[in-house]
Amino acid sequence: MIFGEAEIQQFLRLAQRGTEEKEREGALVSLRRGLQRPETQQTFIRLEGSIRTLVGLLTSNQALLQLEAARCLHELSHSEQSAVVEACLPATSYLLTYLSGHSSDFIELCLYTLGNLIVESEAVRRQLLPQGIVPALAACIQSPHLTVLEALGYALSQLLQAKEAPEKIIPSVLGSTLPQHMLQLLQPGPKLNLGVAVEFAWCLHYIICSQVNNALLITQGALSTLGLLLLDLAGAVQRTEDAGLELLACPVLRCLSNLLTEAAAEAVGGQLQLRDERVVAALFILLQFLLQKQPSLLPEGLWLLNNLTANSPSFCTSLLSLDLIEPLLHLLSVSNVVSVLVLTVLCNVAEKGPAYCQRLWPGPLLSSLLDTLAFSDTEVVGQSLELLQLLFLYQPGAAQAFLQQSGLQALQRHEEVAQLQDRVHALQQTALHG
Amino acid sequence: MQLPPALHARLAGAPGSAEPLPVERDPAAGTTPFSFAPRLVRFPREHDFFEDGDVQRHLYLQDVLTQVGGAPERPRVPEFTCQVAGCCQVFDALEDYEHHYHALHRNVCSFCKRAFPSGHLLDTHILEWHDSLFQILAERQDMYQCLVEGCTEKFRTSRDRKEHLVMRHLYPADFRFDKPRRSRGPAVPGAAEQVLAEALGDDRVPSEGDAMEVCSEHVEPSPEPAGERRAYSHRIPSTICFGQGASRGFKSAKKRNKHQ
Repeated sequence: MIFGEAEIQQFLRLAQRGTEEKEREGALVSLRRGLQRPETQQTFIRLEGSIRTLVGLLTSNQALLQLEAARCLHELSHSEQSAVVEACLPATSYLLTYLSGHSSDFIELCLYTLGNLIVESEAVRRQLLPQGIVPALAACIQSPHLTVLEALGYALSQLLQAKEAPEKIIPSVLGSTLPQHMLQLLQPGPKLNLGVAVEFAWCLHYIICSQVNNALLITQGALSTLGLLLLDLAGAVQRTEDAGLELLACPVLRCLSNLLTEAAAEAVGGQLQLRDERVVAALFILLQFLLQKQPSLLPEGLWLLNNLTANSPSFCTSLLSLDLIEPLLHLLSVSNVVSVLVLTVLCNVAEKGPAYCQRLWPGPLLSSLLDTLAFSDTEVVGQSLELLQLLFLYQPGAAQAFLQQSGLQALQRHEEVAQLQDRVHALQQTALHG
Repeated sequence: MQLPPALHARLAGAPGSAEPLPVERDPAAGTTPFSFAPRLVRFPREHDFFEDGDVQRHLYLQDVLTQVGGAPERPRVPEFTCQVAGCCQVFDALEDYEHHYHALHRNVCSFCKRAFPSGHLLDTHILEWHDSLFQILAERQDMYQCLVEGCTEKFRTSRDRKEHLVMRHLYPADFRFDKPRRSRGPAVPGAAEQVLAEALGDDRVPSEGDAMEVCSEHVEPSPEPAGERRAYSHRIPSTICFGQGASRGFKSAKKRNKHQ
């Protein structure tokens, strides 16, 4: 419904001064419906005193009016117009105050409203930080209500995504008790709730990829928790057709992959989770799941596989002993990005020397490589050439077999390609002359 | 993508790592024109690599957010009344009652019956309004704690604290959960100005009052300036009287009249 000034004024008057409870509530319900339309939102914020009245109702001693007023604010918070969003600024101190209350529905509403306001406006964020949003969230995260936690995770994830977050927000979040609580909420087990975990996994991702102080998260057990969560996810994926597991898989894969690049990760490398080959098993189960459910997430899974195998003879050995090379090769037909990553992982294995290449050979690897050499994508071909060099170097008979399978012809197509020709010639030489 | 059947068993099995095969590198590996070396890869914020996953996250949120906030179809129950003494609010849905209870009966000051949105604000109120030891200590040291959770600043007067809330924490000057106590006599400096500021500066909309005003002597909405009306509802109950208490309240009322 699109309401004009007169109608809005009437609703507000009725809400404020009406004598009948139901009448006052009804006025706000009607107003809220109107506020679903951007035109009404604009009219509302331009009306003098309207926000003040709404805030007055938000803080009134009539609980149901409070709730309805909060719902009106929530409608306004959906706006894509910064003027509308910023008109809500006078309410934020109250929204924050109510986070330490006890009414879970109301708190949930306040959190979603805050989250929406945060997304749309830097002015809002600039105000919320000194108003104490981080400590308020840190207190609220101890709520036992799942709906509150999910809403909190949402609001926090929007805050952490802000462009100024790495400098202005993440340091105080890291300095609070929020990270410990987030990790607790990500612990696998019977209490793990998917909706809640999804939100906090994304929160962690935004913190980690901002690279502010990942070492701190590692000392708080992030790698351990996320590793266990990965195992749990793989188990869940096998058990159910649960829609939405990929929503959790994505941020978990990202967090783990990025954390593994931290120097501090080496220090805790002694922790079982980082050497545990069940992580590799879990990852492949997830890759299979992603292939069916959400192939665009395969690169993220393979990114983790790269970071697991790059400097780890143990994980490379696991790939071989668990018979995972063939499933890996199966992914070569998905896309160029995926192919490059698969080939990179294979290179991680092959570069460790003859003992590894021996286990890569014979098998389907050769014919897969001949297939990838037929690709037109330069990066795919380039990575194939790198792998061939390693195989020729470490595996006697590989060059011979390559020749026999018309490898030279496969190489010839790329003789003129600038980025490839030197490597092509080198391989041709090796194949022919050893 | 066929996974070896033993894999699922491995996942369910005991933690452990493979005994690594011996690593033996040839210096020729990865040398010009080749360049491969195993590398840990890190992606920072905003990297293109994240685009696909980010889009899915965005779509998921859009879905979630459209479901939030619309008043859910609440199951109606036969009407019932709030059981708290003195409250006659009637409900026909349990969720409504839950919010009412938490908002109005959960954090109630047992001295003056005002309700607060949180235990923290209630505790602060009791300390500052009803604790005689607080008043004594406040004469000698900074006792007024900042209301923002996590801020450890303390102040000599509630006015100083308000200023801090406004300047440092960007709170509204008329923040409803930070009203100064009115009962001070002229002996306390600044009290008179506080009263004046409240009476004139309070631009609160005349409604039924805010949550802090839940108490028995509350008056129904009137068109008078809010400050005027509140003078009466802030009277210290005679039960909390330390000799001077009652007379101080009386003196303040006189002062307020002077400033009409």
